[in-house]
Amino acid sequence: MSSDRVVGIDLGTTNSLVAFMHEESPVVIPGEDGSNLVPSVVALDGRDQIIVGNAARKYLIETPERSVYSIKRLMGRGMEDIRDELKLFPFRLADDMQAGEVLRIQLGHKAFTPPEISAFILRQLKRNAERFFNAPVSQAVITVPAYFNDAQRQATKDAGRIAGLEVLRLVNEPTAASLAYGLDKKQNGIAAVYDLGGGTFDISILKLHDGIFEVIATNGDTHLGGDDIDNLLIQIAIDDIRGDIGLDLTRNGEAVATIRKAVIEAKIALSSQPSVKLDIELPRGERYQREITREQFEALIQPVIERTVGPCKQALKDARLKPEQIDEVVLVGGSTRIPKVRALVESLFQRKPHTDLNPDEVVALGAAVQAKILAGGSQATENMLLLDVTPLSLGIEVAGGVTDKIILRNSTIPASATQYYTTQVDGQANVAIHVLQGERELAKDCRSLARFDLKGVPPMPAGMPRIEVKFLIDANGILHVSAREQRSGKEAEIEVQPSYGLTDEQVENMILDSFDFAEEDIRRRQVIEARNEVETILAALEKGKKSPAWGQLTSDEKKQIAKLEQGLIQVKGEDDYAAIRGAIDALNQGTMRLAELMMDSAVTTALKGKNMDEADTGEAPAAGHPVAKADFK
Amino acid sequence: MAETLKSAVPVGGTNGSGCWSCGDMRAAHFCSACGKVQPPRPVDYFTFFGLPRKLNLDVAQLEAEFYELSRRLHPDLAARADRHEQEWSLEQSSRLNNAYRMLKDPIQRTEYLLKLEGVHLEEQSKTATEKARAAGEVKKQVVPAGLLEEVFELNMQLEELRMQKKLGEDDRALVEEVAQAKTALEKKHEALLEELKGDWNQWDNLVDSGSEEDRRKVLDKMVDVLNRRNYIRNLVRDVGEVLEN
Repeated sequence: MSSDRVVGIDLGTTNSLVAFMHEESPVVIPGEDGSNLVPSVVALDGRDQIIVGNAARKYLIETPERSVYSIKRLMGRGMEDIRDELKLFPFRLADDMQAGEVLRIQLGHKAFTPPEISAFILRQLKRNAERFFNAPVSQAVITVPAYFNDAQRQATKDAGRIAGLEVLRLVNEPTAASLAYGLDKKQNGIAAVYDLGGGTFDISILKLHDGIFEVIATNGDTHLGGDDIDNLLIQIAIDDIRGDIGLDLTRNGEAVATIRKAVIEAKIALSSQPSVKLDIELPRGERYQREITREQFEALIQPVIERTVGPCKQALKDARLKPEQIDEVVLVGGSTRIPKVRALVESLFQRKPHTDLNPDEVVALGAAVQAKILAGGSQATENMLLLDVTPLSLGIEVAGGVTDKIILRNSTIPASATQYYTTQVDGQANVAIHVLQGERELAKDCRSLARFDLKGVPPMPAGMPRIEVKFLIDANGILHVSAREQRSGKEAEIEVQPSYGLTDEQVENMILDSFDFAEEDIRRRQVIEARNEVETILAALEKGKKSPAWGQLTSDEKKQIAKLEQGLIQVKGEDDYAAIRGAIDALNQGTMRLAELMMDSAVTTALKGKNMDEADTGEAPAAGHPVAKADFK
Repeated sequence: MAETLKSAVPVGGTNGSGCWSCGDMRAAHFCSACGKVQPPRPVDYFTFFGLPRKLNLDVAQLEAEFYELSRRLHPDLAARADRHEQEWSLEQSSRLNNAYRMLKDPIQRTEYLLKLEGVHLEEQSKTATEKARAAGEVKKQVVPAGLLEEVFELNMQLEELRMQKKLGEDDRALVEEVAQAKTALEKKHEALLEELKGDWNQWDNLVDSGSEEDRRKVLDKMVDVLNRRNYIRNLVRDVGEVLEN
């Protein structure tokens, strides 16, 4: 039963969510604090324990050197392409980072790769779901920005594995959102999904046809979102403070974090009010005060939101559609709450966008729908099928450093291409292949995905071998390569060197390492087990109260049992294993005489000629002392 | 006896992969009884869809069949199946997507047919380039006959426009003239598709019954149309770049 439960996860730049299909509609699973959103913040507390989500937010200000946010920006990226990011975000690279190595971020005296940090967030979501279901969760659908490249997707999949989740599918965020919308609309037509989140922007154009969600074109920018707006506001505040008060806070992590918190609140307020007052306490006790009007705000963010126009136009062009041919426009992502963004979308597509679903939750809800489809479907998901595309062209470097495109962008996935290679020297045993992703003509301008070495080509004169290399992009948008020498029929061995990202071995090691942090999981499991036990013992007690034995107890004994029962009910919802355990043991102890009396009465009844089944003994004697440990796998 | 029976069975017409009786290709992709995806067979894209190698094709019908097959072959439906089934589903579904992408577009469909018939457009243009090189005219693009005069004129205008742009001048009349030439070229580009469709009809009539020689002639005609079309497309792109910059 529990193995059928596949959850949908939106692993966002700013917030992450987990959802599942409850009967025929998707719902978000709240965390312990009751909040649907788990902020994508990870911190190391004073005892070197990993803290995630709302609880970690205070560390951003208190101990910024031990906390990290927006880690999604670094997924699948290399040292050389994060220079801009490092200027704007307080990411601290590990001191011993080597060029060409996978990024490692310093948290206190420990260092973690972006997939490991994302895994901490995923693990928290997994825990939230397990707490909710009271059962283990091991399979998930995780969403990624549609414009994520192969390395970014692979990094997300690795994060899932490290968190102990089997990632059944990576789904593109805008496509997931369309699933959530499409669930109750079930209509045919062309839809555009405009998704401006915390750190990424996607535009997808889909054709909806009797439950088939066919993506026709997608485009975007994996480094454009609400974060960029925050950074503009932070910069203004820092410049003001330097000018007015003569204080340079650029290198003061704590102060910048305080400013960041204040400007984000201001940004949110400006979506509903015409102006907002910033009032920030500075390190020396001085205050920074400033009023920002919506007009000023809109002028400030214009260049940022303007950057979404190009991708939208390109997507329309690729889909061979005019704006007026779009039937529906859907808004996704927290940044689409900004009125100026809505106005921009409306003018781009000449249509009022849909906003019925919460833009923060719609992606997770769609992921839950896809999770259900993969788990075998239900009535609600019947006939629903997602046909997505690869956002970027796949190419091979050929002579002269030119990219030879073999799978074009916006090709429906899975997609494959076969290329033939030969040798240039007699007896050559290896052939090197450089795989690229991107639209540019020159290999150096495209994203390097991997270098493959075909090894063990049988010795033949130059030009004789015919090596068939098959490139396949799976439904997750991830590339697979296989090769065969056709004349000898020999499978060529492929050595993969991912240009960015972890090798399988590294991921395996991280899974092992993560057990160091798994204490929390063991504790979690104990709590779940104990809660199961609570349910059993409470049920047994209910039966006991209805048995004749109950009447034989003194009123003091009954009062004592009621008190212990109340105590157990009070602690069972808490996350404190020791407290639950203690209350269970106390109630077990306190109902000892009741159990004995029930046993006696059962025996007496049996002696009177009735059989045990007819006697109203309930299962109390068997289940109550000791309560059978709930079977937990 | 069994042997005789086997050889007597017509194996799905020319494709040899579909249902032995009706030639239905769906039967080759998934089991009609239990719905399981079958291991992929190496067939061309026309055969994959159970279509004859003809160029006139009902795209709406192709789309319907694409959706129908997607509902059977997509890896989403095999997410929890065993590894073999997952692999077959991935493989079958990628072939389906490739086949649909290739056949739904009239130009790609034509180019694909030419390739299946052993005509390689790329090699053709390569030979042309080599010929030009041998004649000492390094890398000169072969201007299709009938366009020579027009292209010569347009290239002169483009050169002038580039110069003016460099100098920051703005000759509205010239821009207008070039833009008009571009529109005319785009019309020609579209007209060539119509011309190509005429060749399709000839080809489709010859597929089953025509002589090898007649078929070769139609193929050559299609190559000629595609070459002219490519030339014009590149020209339109160049003109567009100069106008936009």
